[in-house]
Amino acid sequence: MSAIRQFWRTGPRRDPNTIAYIVLIVCGALLPAFLQVFLSGTSTFWLTVFGDMGVYILLAIGLNVVVGLAGLLDLGYAAFFAIGAYTYAMLASEHGVVTPLHQAIHVPFWIVLLVAMFVAASFGVILGAPTLRLRGDYLAIVTLGFGEIVPRVFKNAAVWTSGANGVSALDIPSLPAWIQGPWSGDPFAIVQDFKILAPLAYYVIMFILLILCVILVRNLHRSRLGRAWMAVREDEVAAAAMGVNTVATKLYAFAIGAAFSGFAGTYYAAKLSLVSPENFGFSVSITILVMVVLGGMGNIPGVITGSIVIYSVIFILLPQLPDYATGLVQSVGLSGLTQSSGDYPGIGEFISRLKFLVFGLILVVTMLLRPQGLLPSRQREQELTKGVHEDTTIVDVTAETA
Amino acid sequence: MPASRGREPADVVLRVDHVTKRFGGLVAVDDVSFDVRRGEIFALIGPNGAGKTTLFNGITGIFPPTSGSVVFQEREITGAKPHQVAALGIARTFQNIRLFEYMSALDNVRLGQHCRMHAKLWDSLFKTPAERREEQEVTERAMELLKFVDIERYTHTYARNLPYGSQRRLEIARALATRPSLLLLDEPAAGFTPQEKVELMGLVHKIVENGITIFLIEHDMRVVMGVCDRIVVLDHGEKIAEGTPEQVRSDQRVIEAYLGKQH
Repeated sequence: MSAIRQFWRTGPRRDPNTIAYIVLIVCGALLPAFLQVFLSGTSTFWLTVFGDMGVYILLAIGLNVVVGLAGLLDLGYAAFFAIGAYTYAMLASEHGVVTPLHQAIHVPFWIVLLVAMFVAASFGVILGAPTLRLRGDYLAIVTLGFGEIVPRVFKNAAVWTSGANGVSALDIPSLPAWIQGPWSGDPFAIVQDFKILAPLAYYVIMFILLILCVILVRNLHRSRLGRAWMAVREDEVAAAAMGVNTVATKLYAFAIGAAFSGFAGTYYAAKLSLVSPENFGFSVSITILVMVVLGGMGNIPGVITGSIVIYSVIFILLPQLPDYATGLVQSVGLSGLTQSSGDYPGIGEFISRLKFLVFGLILVVTMLLRPQGLLPSRQREQELTKGVHEDTTIVDVTAETA
Repeated sequence: MPASRGREPADVVLRVDHVTKRFGGLVAVDDVSFDVRRGEIFALIGPNGAGKTTLFNGITGIFPPTSGSVVFQEREITGAKPHQVAALGIARTFQNIRLFEYMSALDNVRLGQHCRMHAKLWDSLFKTPAERREEQEVTERAMELLKFVDIERYTHTYARNLPYGSQRRLEIARALATRPSLLLLDEPAAGFTPQEKVELMGLVHKIVENGITIFLIEHDMRVVMGVCDRIVVLDHGEKIAEGTPEQVRSDQRVIEAYLGKQH
């Protein structure tokens, strides 16, 4: 009984994050079945969409380490994403033949995943070591520059990367073993050397990888390093005087954030089987940053929720908005509006041109209504409500282990 | 075991040797030398702008001195980084409290133990048994320290929501968490009522009894007279007197420079 009472007192009711995690995991696990049942005709399409969403969630979780936990504004995060993707393109395709190496390289996906994390983290350190002494705005500008340089290098180093054409026909990742069953339309069996091709397989693997990543980042957040990040974010001088090596602490944040981005990049490249410098522009960096800020900087479930919302708006809602508008106008009997006349291009095209205005409006309104983010961390919430809740106590995160 | 008082002058914890700090044309600290001995309560006093905090910043590596040297336990620490100084065993508090406002009191003290912890990235990522054990120990020690400075009722409160006096005490607990052998307190009693000052001095004695040398800056001369073993007086960046409270109190230059206007 007391255990139940204890759970009720310290459990979900006190900690909205627990509820958020449960909801996210249940929804994520049930989504394929849901799509199968309710949208069977287009379920493959939707699984692809949600699989891609996972890449952005991964990116947002990584950027959250840099921006949310360590408080370093990184405007060039997509650079590490590009580095991860190109690492896979170079190490796992026939492309090597047309480079000065004249030799195709086919390293297995899972090994490249680790290599890409390492490569991206190294670039994070190379960029961070000279620049992390800079504060706030200056660091943001330097990372912005880095974010611009990296895709340009991939574009211009055409001998190695085929320039603007990108690298295509990348290797299909495979798993040593996989369970097949009725859910993918096959008889029940354990297959060996399974090629990851079906959107369902990508989705499931992404889902598992995401859970792993969340656990790791959560561990970090509640560790010696996580505390040091928070301290450096709040007061660098005090942190240093208390024995925290601030430069190393920030470098760790940068490198770990970059490793996540490299990881996501490899996954993205493998799934798309194509990399092109166009995919890693400034808008990608900004989109991820928006996900982190709008979701709730520093809080992992918040950041995941933010990514889901922003991804859905950009990649699902906005592209369909013109069709929705056309349908709506027709259903209320104003089909005249769908015709173009003079400067007016018809409702569909008209809305299509307004897409990013709508997106901007959604962002502005959300941030006005919930400046702390959708699911904020308690810390951030406090910072924004300075002086409002004077006596707030917080739940001890180690109470469960004590 | 209480640290013995009045040891031989040879037992020097901190030697400040001809330290000068210039900011452009301004000489904030001018050729100051003194020794802090093990186990004593040593005070640095002087009027506003005398260079007391600048000297603290010079010792702790926040603004390294322009010339001269600082030797801590026979190690040269001039120009060392603040985190290195902390790891060697010098902890400090700040004149204008610098707590991590949006971390709980407990987390502030746990952070203080950062440089005494061994968990590597790998341990933190995978919550290895060693890491869990260390976190447990760090938490227990943090609770002890909060109790030691008598603010354990605020364990889970954000630092910024603590009452003023408790914030000063939390800063001391956080500094003690780094396991220092020398504790620098920058005006620990600033803004305190006489009653609070008495309580704070009690705490200072408790810390010294644990074998930690105290080096404090104080603005109010009456406070230091009662508790300190030796005092250095700074005025306009220069050392004008050094000695026991009695010696300093009767020093003509101190009376002129520091107390002059009262007479």
